[in-house]
Amino acid sequence: MELQAVLMAAGGGSRMMDLTYNTPKPLLPVGNRPLIWYPLNLLERVGFEEVIVITTKEVQKALSADHRLKTDVKMRLDVVCIQEEADMGTADALRHIQQKIKTDILVVSCDLITDVALHEVVDLFRAHSATLSMLMSKVHEFTETVPGQKGKKKAGEQRDFVGVDVTGKRLLFMANEADLDEGLVFRKSIMRKHPRMLIKTGLLDAHLYCLKRSVVDFLVHNKSVTSIRGELVPYLVRKQFSKSLNSQNETEDSEKNQKQQDLLSTSKDEALLQLARERSCWNDHRGDMSEAYHGGKLRCYVHIMEEGMCYRVNTLAAYIEANRVVPKLFEDPPIHPGALVSERSLVGSDSIIGPLCQISDRTSIKRSNVGMSTTIKEKVKITNSIIMNGVIIEEGCNIQGSVICNNAVIGRGADIKYCLVGSGQHVEPEGENKIMFGNNNLDISDLFVYTMIVY
Amino acid sequence: MADSVGRQVDSINHATEEDEKKHEIIGAKGEGKELTKEEKQRLRKEKKQHKKNKKDDRGPPEKEKEKEKASVPAPSKPATQSPAHKAAPVPVNASASESPVAAEKPAKSKAELRAERRARQDSERASKQGKKEGGQQSTSSKPKATPNELQPVVKRLPDHVQVDDPVALKKLAKKLERQQKSGQGCSLNITGVKVPLRSDYGYKVSLFSHLHQYSRKNPPTQQISIPVTVIHPSIVRLGLQYSQGIIAGSNARSVALLHAFKQVIQDYSTPPNEELSRDLVNKLSPYISFLSQCRPLSASMGNAIKYIKKEISNIPSQCKEEEAKRILQECIDSYINEKIILASEAISKYAIEKISDGDVILVYGCSSLVNHILCEAFEKQRKFRVIVVDSRPRLEGREALRRLVKKGIRCTYVLISALSYILPEVSKVFLGAHALLANGYVMSRVGTSQIALVAKAYNVPVLVCCETYKFCERVQTDSFVSNELDDPDDLIVTRNGKTHLENWQTVKSLGLLNLVYDVTPPDFVDLVITDLGMIPCTSVPVVLRVKNVDQ
Repeated sequence: MELQAVLMAAGGGSRMMDLTYNTPKPLLPVGNRPLIWYPLNLLERVGFEEVIVITTKEVQKALSADHRLKTDVKMRLDVVCIQEEADMGTADALRHIQQKIKTDILVVSCDLITDVALHEVVDLFRAHSATLSMLMSKVHEFTETVPGQKGKKKAGEQRDFVGVDVTGKRLLFMANEADLDEGLVFRKSIMRKHPRMLIKTGLLDAHLYCLKRSVVDFLVHNKSVTSIRGELVPYLVRKQFSKSLNSQNETEDSEKNQKQQDLLSTSKDEALLQLARERSCWNDHRGDMSEAYHGGKLRCYVHIMEEGMCYRVNTLAAYIEANRVVPKLFEDPPIHPGALVSERSLVGSDSIIGPLCQISDRTSIKRSNVGMSTTIKEKVKITNSIIMNGVIIEEGCNIQGSVICNNAVIGRGADIKYCLVGSGQHVEPEGENKIMFGNNNLDISDLFVYTMIVY
Repeated sequence: MADSVGRQVDSINHATEEDEKKHEIIGAKGEGKELTKEEKQRLRKEKKQHKKNKKDDRGPPEKEKEKEKASVPAPSKPATQSPAHKAAPVPVNASASESPVAAEKPAKSKAELRAERRARQDSERASKQGKKEGGQQSTSSKPKATPNELQPVVKRLPDHVQVDDPVALKKLAKKLERQQKSGQGCSLNITGVKVPLRSDYGYKVSLFSHLHQYSRKNPPTQQISIPVTVIHPSIVRLGLQYSQGIIAGSNARSVALLHAFKQVIQDYSTPPNEELSRDLVNKLSPYISFLSQCRPLSASMGNAIKYIKKEISNIPSQCKEEEAKRILQECIDSYINEKIILASEAISKYAIEKISDGDVILVYGCSSLVNHILCEAFEKQRKFRVIVVDSRPRLEGREALRRLVKKGIRCTYVLISALSYILPEVSKVFLGAHALLANGYVMSRVGTSQIALVAKAYNVPVLVCCETYKFCERVQTDSFVSNELDDPDDLIVTRNGKTHLENWQTVKSLGLLNLVYDVTPPDFVDLVITDLGMIPCTSVPVVLRVKNVDQ
């Protein structure tokens, strides 16, 4: 076997607590499917037959109960539960499943929605015998208005500085603004080996990594590393150029392990590979006197997507954008055959309706996503909104640019503009809720405090 | 005596008869209108018979001349077979068409008898050769031109080379599918599990339309599933490295191939009711198809594969799996050791004898063997300097330059367009080879034949260094029939921010040709240095024969 897929679905969704305080992030509906379906679909399309899913007990129960998921996803899901309270980082999770890992791994995050040609990332990993190969994408500006957001500028977001070489494939430098004091600091050894480096900001890390087996062994021995993205990846990128490395294998600990296991076969094969490389007339750079890869054994590569879709659904804005874009991706009929849509209602072509819905007369639904088992009564106007599962919307409501979470009830005649209604909440009838964007960040409690003040 | 006189009289009479007839004809023409219809018809018939007699006399001697012409241009044995094929059907045809004519005539002339005898001999020879050729596999020159209808055994180009023939392409696709079905099946075939058929890219120049032209932007892994189940991961890695050019050069490719095969053998387990010696060879076939889709196999790789297949099929059936695997690994190691490592040592020993102090040596591109020789010679304290000639688009000479300069050798670097300017300074030319063909031609990187040609013009000795495992039984006299087309986008260069050829595909009359190999005739090569010694170019078939006898 060449690669094992590991899906990290234990994250809390800390940046969109409004949505995730009741529903775990992997189960959030995007385009009427749970969020976790998208990375699973990506892996299945590419040809994986088995995925190790690391998640919480709650999500596991929901996954086993979801019949639609079972029919859609034909792969075998090996679900590993971890305690929510343990607060494990992604690297800790890898350490937890260390026994199951027998080959190189492909780590995917549950909030990734993309149509990337995955072979581009894996080809870099294979062809150059890289230790790490990751996927990045150009950040798309979010155009949708987000309820309760302070304008369009994301002031608090930390930028990532990514340095690549001339070909744009080799990863030379990675740092987050939060870790830097004043400016970027480069080692002279990097500049000597790669005098031309392109620094890119404005790249979105897709959290999709191909890692060698030896990295997992390294994690087992270094228990201080908790997060893949936060600690492991910058460490590996730095270690490419560390002085002690050129004469040894990727990490000292893993080298000892390897030597203990299969001594003779690897050394002979290594000698053959070395011979092939020596005889080959190829070099990855030119202009200096060193051999290919500067003789370094640890290499990190990145594939930067120029075109195509790549979203990480970890903020509210990303969630809304994803809901907008995703229905165009799949060839599902916009109106699920299980939905009861009345003749005299108007459902726009860019809206999707989930199964078991009931949509009554004289309702108009434009540019919206309606989840499953939702009941929408007469004379309701829904525009630009996301309505999750099990919602009941009474007559005469007008919903614009909002997000209505699971099992909410919207009373008769309510007028909701640019709001976020939490799970299981009730909105009073005749309630006029108009939260203009541009106000301060209001969370759920504030929202409902506001309505009570008005009425 | 009387008879001869009689015959002479007859002939004279015949001649006079003819003269009379001629007079008659001329007379008739002179009279013109007064000729009756019957007389005209009679004249016409006589003219026709006269012409037929003349043809007969010319026919057999013409056939003789044809055969002589056909046999002269092809000096070596395998080449004569194809002209013999050509000559054989021609007289057969001619005799077939002429035999009814002969039957019509009352008296069979000597020429006709000769033609019949020759036809009989040729048919016997053809049937004998047909039996021989059933066993041989070779791609002789111009097989498409040979008349197919008459000969049962015709050498055709292998399927993977006939790209512009849709029938051949369909056959290749079916063959790849069959190879997949015979391999291991996996339980969930979600994506296509076939060996991918890589599609051609861009407009191909018409002379080379029978070859494949792939683009690096469409890698062969596009269509296979990511955790590869059907093809071993080390083979996929190898294929990617070939297609991206990370492993380039005949020796490097062979060593990497054997390394990958070692890993395949390591991970192989015999399925029940199968024998290792037969099943493993079947397992290797789809891998080899995949590798040839990534990049056409080189001659050295072909020989290595033949060797491995032979070793696998020679494994005794009572051998246990572990033992068999160990034997195979050792065979591979010894093959690499003997044919590549020790061979290069032997070649450098011979070659160093040819390098004297004060020499100016010219090398082309980056040949691992030539670099090794020069480094060894430098270590042995020979005083020489090197001129490295390079050419676009590969610019491999830069890598050779780097290795030589790192060693401490004094080097000059020129592009191939400056060749005739620096050749007056050069005392020897050392060339590497990709393969040595059975008719003495050297197949090497494109540009090598030019170097040999100009060196010959300047009377500079050309020495080709080649290991014996690169000797191949193919015969080629030109660079068109079998070559490799690289990615045409490599020819596009961006200077000062402008890329002029960016949209070359939109111009219908423009084709970019990126050839990889060319053949050098043996007249331009003075010496071939092999691990068996220093031999002339024409001794290659002797070496091949001796090798075949050994094996």
